[in-house]
Amino acid sequence: MGKTLAEKILSQKSGSEAKSGSIVIAKVDLVFVQDTTGPLMVRQFQASGFEHLANPQKTILFIDHAAPSPNYELSGDHVLLRNFAQQTGSIISDVGEGVCHQIVAESWAKPGDVIIGADSHTVTAGALGAFATGMGSTDVAIALALGETWLRVPESIKIVVSGNFPDGVYAKDLILHLIGQIGADGATYKALEFGGDTVDSMSMPQRLTIANMVVEAGAKAGLFAADKTTQDYLASQGRGNHYQSIFPDADASYEQTIKINVANLEPVVAKPHTVDNTAPVREVKGTKIQQVVIGTCTNGNLEDLAVTANILKGKKRHPETRLIVAPASRQTMLNAIQAGYIQTLIEAEAVILPPGCGPCLGLHQGVLADGESCLSTSNRNFKGRMGSAKAFIYLGSPATAAATALTGEITDPREVI
Amino acid sequence: MLKGRVFKFGDGISTDHIIPGRFAHLRSNLPELAKHVLEDADPAFAAKVKPGDFIATGSNFGLGSSREHAPLIIKMAGVSAILAKSVARIFFRNAINLGLPVLICDTDRIKDGDELEVDLAAGTVKDITNGNQFTFAKIPEVMLHILDDGGLIPYIKKRGGFRL
Repeated sequence: MGKTLAEKILSQKSGSEAKSGSIVIAKVDLVFVQDTTGPLMVRQFQASGFEHLANPQKTILFIDHAAPSPNYELSGDHVLLRNFAQQTGSIISDVGEGVCHQIVAESWAKPGDVIIGADSHTVTAGALGAFATGMGSTDVAIALALGETWLRVPESIKIVVSGNFPDGVYAKDLILHLIGQIGADGATYKALEFGGDTVDSMSMPQRLTIANMVVEAGAKAGLFAADKTTQDYLASQGRGNHYQSIFPDADASYEQTIKINVANLEPVVAKPHTVDNTAPVREVKGTKIQQVVIGTCTNGNLEDLAVTANILKGKKRHPETRLIVAPASRQTMLNAIQAGYIQTLIEAEAVILPPGCGPCLGLHQGVLADGESCLSTSNRNFKGRMGSAKAFIYLGSPATAAATALTGEITDPREVI
Repeated sequence: MLKGRVFKFGDGISTDHIIPGRFAHLRSNLPELAKHVLEDADPAFAAKVKPGDFIATGSNFGLGSSREHAPLIIKMAGVSAILAKSVARIFFRNAINLGLPVLICDTDRIKDGDELEVDLAAGTVKDITNGNQFTFAKIPEVMLHILDDGGLIPYIKKRGGFRL
């Protein structure tokens, strides 16, 4: 019997026959934390009695969730991480460099890697054909000391995508649609493996958006084959030598196959307060929105900023709707400046944040008040996520977000493009 | 044998219900952070919970963030075990790594305020209030060893690495 992508990668990294359901000890290629999970990792590492990292130059501490620091407590946490990096010879990715998942995609992840991050959206790197999964601080502390971790090899669900995206419909609408269909625990403990003609022709930024959100269906990993698109992306990042092709075997065994034809899709939002509470944009059309957020590890890349700038060019946001844009990385921001997108956005009266997580997790840079509603391109709309537990968060694509910023109420992007 | 009172919650209690990002500045000050445990699901929980009590909940408990502070402050509140119909993957691993048992069983017949007895070794839950008895799903062996050792740090200290 052939192997799924998950079985293939975990067999290679465990040196054993990794069949779904079995438990393996796998070598890890990259380990990282961010500034809200890192301090606990440092304390657990110290409590474990280890002094050295298995691979310091493949261990990264990202300061992105609260960057620059909004208060002295978090500033103290940042100092702790910088000191740990200096003491252990590991890598610090400091204020202004951007969101961990974007930087892992740009500069670190390789097809066939096992990547462990103390952040649930570590799954993003599955877009490059890496088995990447989120864990907590203690698991990561031990993984960076030992250079390995234990994993249950997940069953895989194959998602076969066909058809051409209609105008105004994007990868974000596809993944929201899928999560709405299978539910917030529809893939718990499992891997989602994406394939089909539409996936074959999908850009790397779109693949990253989809992989990023698989955890919102409970998945352990979201995997894409490493193909020509992956090769070209790595080459464009100066990492062409990191490419190896990885495809699932034709006779691999899947727990289930789900077919989606995107030609039938329309713009989708997730309504408060769960990601699987999805609806076509037209069903919530007219809902007043006080804040629009474009960015985060889900939709903060150059393609997303291009879509946003094209819709907002020569126009201004609605006077009662704040528009906040956070490019996902320094590289993205520089490219967006060179392409003229940032000027377009500022002329449309957007606030441009430094590269980082922005207001996604309610820490700073756009915290919601009681009763406010937000349309965000991020990945979570849980009660209390972006500030007040009495606020309302809708999730949508950058196009839906930009259209909504123009009118001040939830708007189908097909009405403005 | 664990014995205590049940606090019942519904389906889909996320890590933001347990400890939202707006308290991230308290993550290096655990006693202060713990005062907000489950605040967005039940604002009075932290004041009411007593050592030994249980949380019983519906499906997909702990979905969302990898923040280990979520199970950590539930443990600090004195909760001796979480009973759930299902649990999110990262939360499950985090709880076991901290030595906090998460038991998968049918929680529909458990009501808020019930008195329970849990026998971890036998895999049974007895609802003393109404006499109902349940079994919970088997925990994978590697996790059972981590739980037996009191969490991942003591497990690694004792065994030197992962042993399957």
